[in-house]
Amino acid sequence: MEVAVWRGDETGGRYETFDVPAQDNQTILDVVTWIQQNSDATLTYRFACRVGMCGSCAMMVNGTPRWTCRTHVRKVLKGNRLQVAPLQNLPVIKDLAADMDPFFDKWVRVGGRHEPGKTRHDQIEAIPPDTPDRENADAGIECINCSVCYAACDTVRGNPDYLGPAALQRAWTIVNDEKHAGRQQILNTVAASDGCFNCHSMGNCTVHCPNGLDPMNAIAGLKRAVTKNRFKRGG
Amino acid sequence: MMLDVRLYLAQRISAMIMAPLVFIHLGMMVYAIQGGLSAAEILGRTQGSVFWMLFYGLFVAAASLHAAIGLRVIVHETLRLRGMALRALTWGLFAVFFVMGARAVMAVTMI
Ligand code: SF4
Ligand code: SF4
Ligand code: FES
Repeated sequence: MEVAVWRGDETGGRYETFDVPAQDNQTILDVVTWIQQNSDATLTYRFACRVGMCGSCAMMVNGTPRWTCRTHVRKVLKGNRLQVAPLQNLPVIKDLAADMDPFFDKWVRVGGRHEPGKTRHDQIEAIPPDTPDRENADAGIECINCSVCYAACDTVRGNPDYLGPAALQRAWTIVNDEKHAGRQQILNTVAASDGCFNCHSMGNCTVHCPNGLDPMNAIAGLKRAVTKNRFKRGG
Repeated sequence: MMLDVRLYLAQRISAMIMAPLVFIHLGMMVYAIQGGLSAAEILGRTQGSVFWMLFYGLFVAAASLHAAIGLRVIVHETLRLRGMALRALTWGLFAVFFVMGARAVMAVTMI
């Protein structure tokens, strides 16, 4: 099959075509690895776990953001051709490796770090797994930080300062975590400009999340929570 | 620098205000022309009416706010305008819509 691979760096680049032997069971990551090992050892890309756990291997495949280690070639091959490019909505480092810094910076900015509210001498809260808050928190907990949703989001493309689906989903997860002490701070952060109210609720993030998570719904939850919080605290 | 919770609420609340007003407005138009009312006869009923002045005044205020915030989002995302320029555009649009609407309301409700 014919594989067009984007080559270049932050200053620009172009597609280079490689001929790659097809196999019965082959992922996009296998194809990229084959090129690097057999055609051009200077090809740069990123991966680690190869089993959909680490979130480092996402790329644009035929224009769609995907986790490449778990995307089978036969599912996405179009007329014996493939096009592979670095994840969009992020700066490029080199070739297929996108710079994930803006994505992770937003995760941190939203307050994604756990802040304990108690000391080791206090009793831990008992949180039954079937309370609505815990179910909301559970819904987003399996995020692997792959940035596929971020690359799929048109609102990020139009406004690079927008926090984006993954960071906002993280905010929703910890806003629902009783053990997190900084919940009001998170609501304040997502209520501001470039926060949850920028989301158009078109759901590209949810459609593309390879883990089947639903950031759009999480953001809708944030919008309701922030609105309620605003009225409760008086305007 | 686009939509914070205040602008979001302003847009939702203005939409909630407009929704019933739109239906009353449309219903009233259909009803009013049934018997073949002329423009002069309609003006005869609206001019000097505090009710219609408040009704359409509220309508114009809500529509101006709603449209200005909606355009703000579109301009921000397509032209990447931000900061002071975006704020100036939002309130400038609001002022233009509001003045145009207020003139129309005054024309049909003031004697
Ligand atoms: S639903 Fe919101 S976060 Fe998801 S892709 Fe659309 S705008 Fe982006
Ligand atoms: S929400 Fe889904 S698509 Fe987005 S970073 Fe997490 S796992 Fe990836
Ligand atoms: S290599 Fe870890 S998720 Fe693909």
